[in-house]
Amino acid sequence: MILRGRAWKYGDNVDTDVIIPARYLNTSQPEELALHVLEDLDPEFRSKMEKGDIIVAGHNFGCGSSREHAPIAIKASGVGCVVAKSFARIFYRNAINIGLPIIEAPEAVERIKSGDILEIDLENGEIRNLSSGESFRFKAFPPFLMEILRAGGLVEYTKRRLRGDNREKGSRNTR
Amino acid sequence: MGLTLSEKILSEKAGRKVRAGDFIQAKVDFLLMNDITAPISIKVFRELDAKIFDKSRVAIILDHFTPNKDIKAAEQCKFSREFAEEKKLPYFFEGGKVGVEHCLLPELGLVLPGDLVIGADSHTCTYGALGAFATGVGSTDAGVAMATGDVWLRVPETLKLIYEGERDPWVMGKDLILHTIGDIGVSGALYMAMEFHGDAISSLPMSDRFTMSNMAIEAGAKAGLMPVDEKTIEYVKERAKRNYQVMEADDNANYRKVKKYKVEKIEPLVAFPHLPSNVKEARNAARMNIKINQVFIGSCTNGRYEDLKTAAEVLQGREVAEHVRLIVLPCSPSVYLRALKNGVLETLISAGAVIGPPSCGPCLGGHLGILAAGERTIATTNRNFVGRMGHPKSEVYLANPAVAAASAVMGRIAHPEEVMRS
Repeated sequence: MILRGRAWKYGDNVDTDVIIPARYLNTSQPEELALHVLEDLDPEFRSKMEKGDIIVAGHNFGCGSSREHAPIAIKASGVGCVVAKSFARIFYRNAINIGLPIIEAPEAVERIKSGDILEIDLENGEIRNLSSGESFRFKAFPPFLMEILRAGGLVEYTKRRLRGDNREKGSRNTR
Repeated sequence: MGLTLSEKILSEKAGRKVRAGDFIQAKVDFLLMNDITAPISIKVFRELDAKIFDKSRVAIILDHFTPNKDIKAAEQCKFSREFAEEKKLPYFFEGGKVGVEHCLLPELGLVLPGDLVIGADSHTCTYGALGAFATGVGSTDAGVAMATGDVWLRVPETLKLIYEGERDPWVMGKDLILHTIGDIGVSGALYMAMEFHGDAISSLPMSDRFTMSNMAIEAGAKAGLMPVDEKTIEYVKERAKRNYQVMEADDNANYRKVKKYKVEKIEPLVAFPHLPSNVKEARNAARMNIKINQVFIGSCTNGRYEDLKTAAEVLQGREVAEHVRLIVLPCSPSVYLRALKNGVLETLISAGAVIGPPSCGPCLGGHLGILAAGERTIATTNRNFVGRMGHPKSEVYLANPAVAAASAVMGRIAHPEEVMRS
């Protein structure tokens, strides 16, 4: 899967309160949440971004509240992928669970500038900066997470599991 | 090498010996959701077309935007209520039964030592104070776990934190955890569990222990666990709704890092905007003449009886400064009642406080005390991010209840000593 889009670069510790402020959490409709994505960090983001664009950020992206509304808002706004130096753990699992591609690539983030056009090869673990001509490798997801991503997210993965289609790692726990 | 407390608990729940770095499916002892996160979980659950794994291990707590703050919030609550009624969930909380989830569940003995608790709320880590592995997850995780009774986890490495020495009388659990976050940073424990040890932890009352575990997430941690001792057992034994298993870390456990703190060197602290790690000593902050418009005492971090009582001691016979709004939300019905019976609320009201219902309220900028552009608050809550309590151009300072109460009297950020000697 190849993603292509313009980079919008932000700093460290982009928290879920600025990704989607709590004043909009009285709904969980993706389209409605998307209208306010990153509103308190960059009020113009929504109007200047285009479908497929890529958020590039520093350390600890998505820290704070567990609200899944944050990755939902990003995905529904049309953002293709988030590349960061590191992710807060709940955001990380939420993104995997709902099928929003996220990539940890500290060196790439260092070099990418806002406005650069990026091409990301998810399968082969490569980020190509078409504006600068540089390219960067990133580590593939651990096999267990890749299984969830391949299934299209945790819901599809679990549907198969409940049907007994696949034997997941670890024990199948029943009470 | 032995096992950390997290590895111990997760080995038990995975049914095999597990180590940091392992991916596991682990059996969940208790699962919780709130009015913001439950609607998505319920949709996920319905899509799976499954039965609830065990109704006695699921709670839905309508605590964030309640009493319903607007029509949309009311619709969300109605959606969750209809699900709870349809499934006949025994632990559905609203109205006069509801408290802030992380205060309510331990009080009711629904989360216990040795448990694996997952919650669709980041402050689920609070129950680490009971010696449980408790961690926040997303709504999809919670919806799936409601069907399967298990959750995927990566077993975390552990950061061991040892606190030794005697606390200054105005230093609370809040200051120990703010000091730690100030030291290691907001991603200092990213993907890790924190284990809190030392004589200064043993001497902390349960309320302060909950405060510390509660803010483990503010250092990026997955969980913040404490050893079970007599105080824990004393707290749990009258409340426990089911059996529990006390587990402890091995002496030769493998820690990612061990850090020691000398508690007598720690002062009451204030976290300045816009990160919980941005801490300064209250004594120094007091000299900066930082005027405030609002003080909020409450939340899953510091809304317990002991917190309200501490605030009342500072406010006894004093008055909130002019043009300052002091808002107090007791974190549960039982806290509210106890504070009422023991005169704590009377002291607070006499000083000029507004007492509101148990709710997360303004902590996350929901309702009951939202800030305008340019306004400033000192709060006993957990996050001071941009726009957290209202307008993106407002400011939140975090502190313990004594510092917050003293600030309410002075109309600026203050140290409790300034008030107590006047």
